[in-house]
Amino acid sequence: MKQFLSFVKKEFFHIWRDKRTMFILLGMPVVQIVIFGFALTNEVKNAKIAVLDPSKDVATQSLLAQLDASRYFDIEKNIVSYKEIESAFRAGEIKLAIVFPAKFNEELQHFNKSSVQLIADASDPNVASTLTNYASAIIMDYQQRITDDRKLPYTIKAETRMLYNPQLKGAFNFVPGVMAMVLLLVCTMMTAITIVKEKEMGTMEIMLVSPIKPILIVIAKAVPYLVLSIVNIASILLLSVFVLEMPINGSLLLLVSESILFTLVSLSLGLLISSGAGSQQTAMFISLVALFLPTVMLSGFMFPVENMPLPLRIISNVVPAKWYYGIVKSVMIKGLGIGAVWKETLILFGMMSFFLVLAIKKFKIRLA
Amino acid sequence: MRTLKFLLQKEFRQIFRDPSIIRIIFIMPVIQLLVLPWAADYEIKNIKLAVVDQDRSEYSRQLTNKITSSGYFQLTNYSGSYSESLAQVEQDQADLVLQIPSAFEKDLVKQDEATLFMAINAINGVKANLGGAYLRQIVQDYNKQVRMEWMQLPRFSPETTIEVSSSNWFNPLMNYKYFMVPGILVVLLTMVGANLAAINIVKEKEIGTIEQINVTPIKKHIFILGKLIPFWLIGLIVLSLGLLIARLAYGIIPAGNFGTIYVFAALFLLAVLGLGLLVSTYAATQQQAMLISFFLMMIFILLGGLYTSIDSMPEWARWITRFNPVSYFIEVMRMVVLKGSGLADIKHHILIMAAFAVGLNGWAVLSYKKRA
Repeated sequence: MKQFLSFVKKEFFHIWRDKRTMFILLGMPVVQIVIFGFALTNEVKNAKIAVLDPSKDVATQSLLAQLDASRYFDIEKNIVSYKEIESAFRAGEIKLAIVFPAKFNEELQHFNKSSVQLIADASDPNVASTLTNYASAIIMDYQQRITDDRKLPYTIKAETRMLYNPQLKGAFNFVPGVMAMVLLLVCTMMTAITIVKEKEMGTMEIMLVSPIKPILIVIAKAVPYLVLSIVNIASILLLSVFVLEMPINGSLLLLVSESILFTLVSLSLGLLISSGAGSQQTAMFISLVALFLPTVMLSGFMFPVENMPLPLRIISNVVPAKWYYGIVKSVMIKGLGIGAVWKETLILFGMMSFFLVLAIKKFKIRLA
Repeated sequence: MRTLKFLLQKEFRQIFRDPSIIRIIFIMPVIQLLVLPWAADYEIKNIKLAVVDQDRSEYSRQLTNKITSSGYFQLTNYSGSYSESLAQVEQDQADLVLQIPSAFEKDLVKQDEATLFMAINAINGVKANLGGAYLRQIVQDYNKQVRMEWMQLPRFSPETTIEVSSSNWFNPLMNYKYFMVPGILVVLLTMVGANLAAINIVKEKEIGTIEQINVTPIKKHIFILGKLIPFWLIGLIVLSLGLLIARLAYGIIPAGNFGTIYVFAALFLLAVLGLGLLVSTYAATQQQAMLISFFLMMIFILLGGLYTSIDSMPEWARWITRFNPVSYFIEVMRMVVLKGSGLADIKHHILIMAAFAVGLNGWAVLSYKKRA
């Protein structure tokens, strides 16, 4: 035990004496949470649109006023010919064009029927489909209102209640994802180079001739980084609540324990990378370049997992961030207890044990 | 020139003698490019719907059928209990609950008006918004159907109808891969290039071999060039590999010219490698270099417009993207691949990227000190 403690102390000194690295490790998550928490959103706001309105009557004016008043659209320009649409798209001035027929109001008044054409720049299909849907919904509302004014019989009304996030803030979906991403990457990277660095520097030899068991060497490497990770968890949670205005509807204790479990998974993954890699460069490449995109894309916060083809849905299960993301959403936003997240917790626990055991097994006590 | 040749020889040997790095440089981007684009689809479909049918009438069944046959919704629960369905929302087994209250049919026929209740899991606001809109639209259609049954058909439909037709230009099939693959390729190229460059000089510092270079008469800019050129070539090879995969695996043939892509990529790589080298000259250890370059990469990539539209970011974040080489390259790639833009269309981007390249590399040369 005493040997183990002195090893932990040694690791602490390593970190403590490299102030610049320590500062980066603690400061980076703070900056990232703030920047990504605010800037990443799948909402489409203030999209610029062009209007081709040859009828220019009461009905088109009031419909356009409604589009402009919504937070999704800004009417950028009025155009007079169909041809201008393409050049506006090419120059990237607009995302959507709305084309009215020549006699919109007249048709509505006389035949109760008219049409609107929406043309979207689908080079970004996500934005295009979102905008088309938003615009259709606004037109639909407008149509509904004209109908309602006439009190038709046999009317079905629909009342909608938005659960958990009545203001439809983008942050509720993205902040838990950003938390998972930042914690995973920072924690994995911390431990990923510890062992391999000693190999590269040649100090590993000294460690190996000491009487301490290899398993304890590996664990001693993780302890100081766990302390750093806990500081990071604290700063991330504080920022989410006080700067990004996220609620914590569930138990804070549960949320913190789950976060610590998740950082343990990441630290173990880092140790595994470290004992397998041959050089610091390789270790860092694996922990950052190879983990970054899969974490962003497969954890479910950028793109819904249920939309993915089956093989990817299966692969997404091995991404630790996916499970933590689910836990954070359940505990922070839905306010559920351990009863709702026990499965995810067990999976994270299993991942941690798996990585740790493998890291210790791969840790070679002989020099190459 | 001769010095440069020897330096290049040395660098290439160093790179090619580390097989694990070679594997990472070439294989990792290929795998990610083959796998990840399939994940990038956030079209709202497969909304999981729980129906709470307390009416159990002809109408409630008709409505449920109409909703499930629309293609947007997937019926995951059909019960009489609201709390059971709400529990399903908690467990993420349902996104949307539609409650058809008892006496729905009676109210509709006798009172001329009936109300449905929807509860939507709104953690993902966009999905909730669109899901609700789809459902309302189906209900309206159904409403129309009911009216037709009960009312004498007048000459024109009594309800106002505005037909909305939509078309999607540049990508009429709404193929997400056309949009994502060029972007992901840019990201992979950036990560490989910048990280390699960032570690490189600092590695020599850490191992101590930089001392040997510092005592030679090699000029600073020659030294930086010697570091730059190998990675620049590797970057172009990775790009070609990526374009080949885009062609073979996703059938993406740029609407524009390959030459345009390469011209811009060449400049872009210079800028990104310059940034990596700059980080490298400042950092003291490989760990620091990697951390800083990765920190910058994450900001560049996540704020580069690949995943979320730059237009919806707050004003200050849009300012950051103006200093982000990655966002320019992603934009150019999409313009060339999807819209067929040529050199003239992107001249503005080229000038900015050239400024980045000159500025960052110049800074790297200036900040590299031959003294320890």
